[in-house]
Amino acid sequence: MSAGSVALEGVTKRYGAETVVAGVSLAIAPGEFFTLLGPSGSGKTTTLSMLAGFVMADEGRVMLGGQDMTHVPPRGRGLGMVFQNYAIFPHLNVAENVAFPLTVKRAPKAEIAARVAEALEMVKLTGFEQRYARQLSGGQQQRVALARAIVAHPRIVLMDEPLGALDKNLRYHMQVEIKEISRRLGTTVIYVTHDQEEALTMSDRIAIMERGRIAQMGPPREVYEKPDSSFVAAFLGEANLLPARRDGNAVAGPGGARLEAGAGALSAPEGLLFIRPEKVTIAPDAPGEGPNMLPGRVRHASFLGNVVRYAVEVPEGATVLCDAANGAGATLHAPGDPVRLSWRAEDSRLLAA
Amino acid sequence: MMGPVWRATLLRALVVLLCFGLLAPIIIVAIASFSGDGYLKFPPESLSTRWYERFLGDPRWRQAIVNSLMIGALTSVLSTFLGFLAAYAMVRGQFPFKRVIAALLLTPVIVPHVITAVAIYFLSARMGLVGVRPWIAVAHTVVAMPVVLVILQSALRTVDPALERAAMVFGCTRWGVFRRVVLPLALPGVVSAALFSFLTSFDELVISIFLAGFRSETLPVRIWNSLLLEVEPTIAAVSTLLIAVTTIALAIDALLRRLRGGAGMPAR
Amino acid sequence: MPLKIRAALLLLLPSLLLLFALFLLPIGWFLSSSIMELGSWEEVMAEADAVLLSGAVGGALLNTGWVGAVVTLLTLVIGYPVSYALSRARGAAFTVILLCIVLPYFTSTIVRTYAWMVLLGRNGLINQILLGLGLVSEPVNLLYNRTGVIIGMTYVLLPYMVLTLYAAMKAVDPRLMQAAEGMGASPATVFRRVFMPLTLHGVVAGVLITFILAIGFFITPALMGGPGDVMIAMLIEREVELTQNWPAAAMMTVVLLAVTLTLYAVYSRFAEPGEAMR
Repeated sequence: MSAGSVALEGVTKRYGAETVVAGVSLAIAPGEFFTLLGPSGSGKTTTLSMLAGFVMADEGRVMLGGQDMTHVPPRGRGLGMVFQNYAIFPHLNVAENVAFPLTVKRAPKAEIAARVAEALEMVKLTGFEQRYARQLSGGQQQRVALARAIVAHPRIVLMDEPLGALDKNLRYHMQVEIKEISRRLGTTVIYVTHDQEEALTMSDRIAIMERGRIAQMGPPREVYEKPDSSFVAAFLGEANLLPARRDGNAVAGPGGARLEAGAGALSAPEGLLFIRPEKVTIAPDAPGEGPNMLPGRVRHASFLGNVVRYAVEVPEGATVLCDAANGAGATLHAPGDPVRLSWRAEDSRLLAA
Repeated sequence: MMGPVWRATLLRALVVLLCFGLLAPIIIVAIASFSGDGYLKFPPESLSTRWYERFLGDPRWRQAIVNSLMIGALTSVLSTFLGFLAAYAMVRGQFPFKRVIAALLLTPVIVPHVITAVAIYFLSARMGLVGVRPWIAVAHTVVAMPVVLVILQSALRTVDPALERAAMVFGCTRWGVFRRVVLPLALPGVVSAALFSFLTSFDELVISIFLAGFRSETLPVRIWNSLLLEVEPTIAAVSTLLIAVTTIALAIDALLRRLRGGAGMPAR
Repeated sequence: MPLKIRAALLLLLPSLLLLFALFLLPIGWFLSSSIMELGSWEEVMAEADAVLLSGAVGGALLNTGWVGAVVTLLTLVIGYPVSYALSRARGAAFTVILLCIVLPYFTSTIVRTYAWMVLLGRNGLINQILLGLGLVSEPVNLLYNRTGVIIGMTYVLLPYMVLTLYAAMKAVDPRLMQAAEGMGASPATVFRRVFMPLTLHGVVAGVLITFILAIGFFITPALMGGPGDVMIAMLIEREVELTQNWPAAAMMTVVLLAVTLTLYAVYSRFAEPGEAMR
């Protein structure tokens, strides 16, 4: 069944001389939870607007459920959508807001009532039918917006930073709930956010956008652990990016240390060696040399509770961040201590600068 | 040096005096209109409604009331309708020369009404439109529309564009978005605009003097024509009617604002 | 969702058409055809000389400027404390002051003029008070002279000044003044060094809008003035209504329009257009 499939084919949008979205192509399977992640100005919101039909693409095609919808206005696309600040109609109560997509279609009254009740139950807002938006908390408004987006059983739901206005605890709670509802209904979700943690938690696949293009696309673990560029590496969490250059089959790191890097090594002679702080092992300095070992000196140690983050100065003045689990019997290194850093070759990659 | 307490007291006294001075002439006219004396005296020695009887008993004054109401109502409908379209375009639209158009739409307020009036008269005289009431309403619309624009632009600015987008995603046509979302949310502003454009026409004198002719004298024109002859007490009664209309319009507007901003259920 | 250019212009079209058909076109047509009627350029200049430099028109222009200036000054002096009080008032006091300004503001100009005609007449309340207090021994002529015109126009135009000043004063953050006082400035210094400079643009806007409206006035001066208090707008009206002398009316209109639009251009640099209207 292709009802929930989404595809963009070389979609481009320009505003004057500025190209906001530059030839974006992607294919989303029915029922997939797909996230567009990127900093502000990366084109993710414009991409979503083209999917919704608010903005018409200058080039390329927008396919929804296997049909070309490039020039179809929003009302003809049959989508559900959750807006950034919820966009709850202030002159309508909760029930009327949720019923809106059905009222517009002039659905039978009985059907409307049944579907509204079902949607409200799904978001746990039964009993709030007669309230108005200003009488609801942020989390409740969020649920109303969610109920309104799914009430007409759309195959595809768009979500534009839906949790941006909520505080941290509530946000986590809603992440789980949104994920659960979308799975239960089997809807395709296209989710826009600038919060990388949210993207990693919720998505089946993530597309990271940079200046109007998709920098990388893949499952959360893949894009996190195997970034293709230093932009992706740095945008998704903390990353060490050490100046390095190619030396035969290996890599020469700071101080000429011979290092090995995982697959995806680069063709250019110079680049940045990528390694996540939690993949770096820190040990007291002991004599001996080996691959993927760097001597250094602790400059700074931040105690974060379950983790201790060290900033370690390595040769040539570079700094390597290293997260050590504060597990049973863990020893703490003090600033000034000489230490030895090491990691597995497959956890590191040589990326273009 | 005066102490701060003294200064504050002095300022307060001054403001009370000035506010009294602003309101007093209007109140005094209203009271004097109920005088039973032969000429306007304040305070009146006896009270009666004789000036109202004379006012309402005179067919020319009665005709003037009818003219004013008709012209005012038509102006209100016309300017609110045209003004709403323009205000929506100004608030939501992006187009070249926007600032120029915005300034242009407001110029009828700034250009002396005599000039506008003479020019429209120049046109109307050649087209035989002097004394035609709907035409007077159209002319009043020129000066009422800026008032409508200012009110409706601020009303429409409070409507979140995301609500319009939401309505479109959930199946509304442009017209559906307007009917289901924009209009209900801007309704208090629309009523305000209709009220104040009515008031603008109801109180307008300069354009009316030129366009009214003999057939279509409005209340202000009747007042003007009789004041040029003498300060007769009937006019106090007419004035009081105009003041009452203004007061009622302001009261309705205040009520709407309270409903709009206040707690509790929205007006539905 | 922003409107497309075509949709926006379509929505604007009816208003722009109306504005064109009943405002721009008539003014342009009236001016050009009245002046064209005279024939050659020399004749136009000769007529302009004759009309604008004639005693009656020259006098009216002087009157207009003078009365406009005096009235503007008076509205500023009276309006400043009222707007100040309005900008600082809360609750019931605010409502009462606002009502005192807004009710006259929305009352017909002719009704307000009439009210002062009643008050200022020989047997009017003002003369009764003056006589009662023994300040004068016989009724003073307050009507049908310059005094009457100035009192009437000041009253009619005061709300415009107050509302413009109020808009500027309301925008001043009260914490700035608290901060200045906290640094040891006396209330007078705070007012002079902080409040006044911050509201100066409002004063300029208020002065300009009041003066613009004053020089185009004709109802109040026509009813309350004497033979010597003719203003330019009254002359335009008379040339059209009584003598049908369109060229002369057009000449004076050009002058009044030019002054008004120039001042409006300056005004719009100090205030959002339409700020004074509500």
